[in-house]
Amino acid sequence: MIKMNRPKHTEYKTPTHIDDYPTGPQYDAGFLPEKNAGWRTFKPVVNHDECIYCLRCYLLCPDGTIMKDNGKIKIDMDYCKGCGVCAHECPKDAIEMVKE
Amino acid sequence: MTKVLDIPKVNAKNMTEKEFFYGHKACAGCGGSIAVRLALKVLGERTYSALPAGCMSAVGFIYPQMAFNSNAIITTFPGSASMAAGIAAGAKALGQKDFKTVVFAGDGGTADIGFQALSGMIDRNDDVLYICYDNEAYMNTGIQKSGLTPYGTKTTTTPAGQNIPGTVTHKKNLFEIIAAHDIAYAATASIGYPQDFINKVNKAKHVKGASFIHVYASCPTGWGTPTETSVEIAKDAVDCGLIFLAEYEDGEYKLNRNPKEFKSVEEYLKKQGRFKHMSDADIQCVIENRDKKWERMRKNWL
Repeated sequence: MIKMNRPKHTEYKTPTHIDDYPTGPQYDAGFLPEKNAGWRTFKPVVNHDECIYCLRCYLLCPDGTIMKDNGKIKIDMDYCKGCGVCAHECPKDAIEMVKE
Repeated sequence: MTKVLDIPKVNAKNMTEKEFFYGHKACAGCGGSIAVRLALKVLGERTYSALPAGCMSAVGFIYPQMAFNSNAIITTFPGSASMAAGIAAGAKALGQKDFKTVVFAGDGGTADIGFQALSGMIDRNDDVLYICYDNEAYMNTGIQKSGLTPYGTKTTTTPAGQNIPGTVTHKKNLFEIIAAHDIAYAATASIGYPQDFINKVNKAKHVKGASFIHVYASCPTGWGTPTETSVEIAKDAVDCGLIFLAEYEDGEYKLNRNPKEFKSVEEYLKKQGRFKHMSDADIQCVIENRDKKWERMRKNWL
């Protein structure tokens, strides 16, 4: 449900025929054949008891991976790069960076 | 012009859940991508983005990966503003309504290479919002000095040595240069103050005609800072007075933030690898330049 607001991970099919290639220099918006999860050394873990839902992490995530989920925050681990901005900026220290 | 009070407020609670810049390949903790992401969320789905060569086009369009989830195009390096002007004119000719054309250019693509096109766009008053994310060097090509690189920065074209402390020139007064065109709306912002940036983009969205936002965006790779401190550094830059938050509207300058006391400049500089080599005399030079600028701003803009 929540994923509807974000482009989904899509499998890239290697073109087999000349007609499969895109014509001209354009391509579909929001087409994501690759994930960024492999970049991560530390992953953010949210302590929901401490979280006051101020949404500062939601605003400041460079990748937009933090989403609202019925009054709680949720992180899309497919595209989180583990930069740690959310944990560093959290006013309640409710996010901890844990080594994968 | 639309009155400020009539514009619906946008904040983290009520902004769209949709992401228009998602799954990009920017370095972890990239400040520029925070700026682009927030601006696109404020501007909404009906947005045409034009991006010249620079970090955000390099990380957003990696065939077949398309991180932009709305219409976006890579432009020539010096022609981003003119291409955006063309997009706006084309959309108008097609009878489209309720859309915005936006440019996301880096500091080099704005202050150096793309400047003549930007100047022409403001002169013609095309309905384009030009956002310059300023990471203070040509980061995408490997940290070369640009017109907006501040004094003392170590870059690959201005290395710091015994005789020269890196960059020897000060930052261009880009905001004042743009305002001197008598533009409809211009502002400076920093990703360290995200709500202020959102408000300014929201205001610019409702301006008919050319508008410009200069947003200070940190770059962990080029600045030599830990990835998690990106936002903190951008906030510190404002708090120590090296970056100011201001607006230009209806021919009037407005200083949004006028702190009584500045935070330590030295502390801000020493956090970053690019300023590590700076001597006390160099830091004094930075502080003197800052004080001179603030004196002028407080005299003329308040």
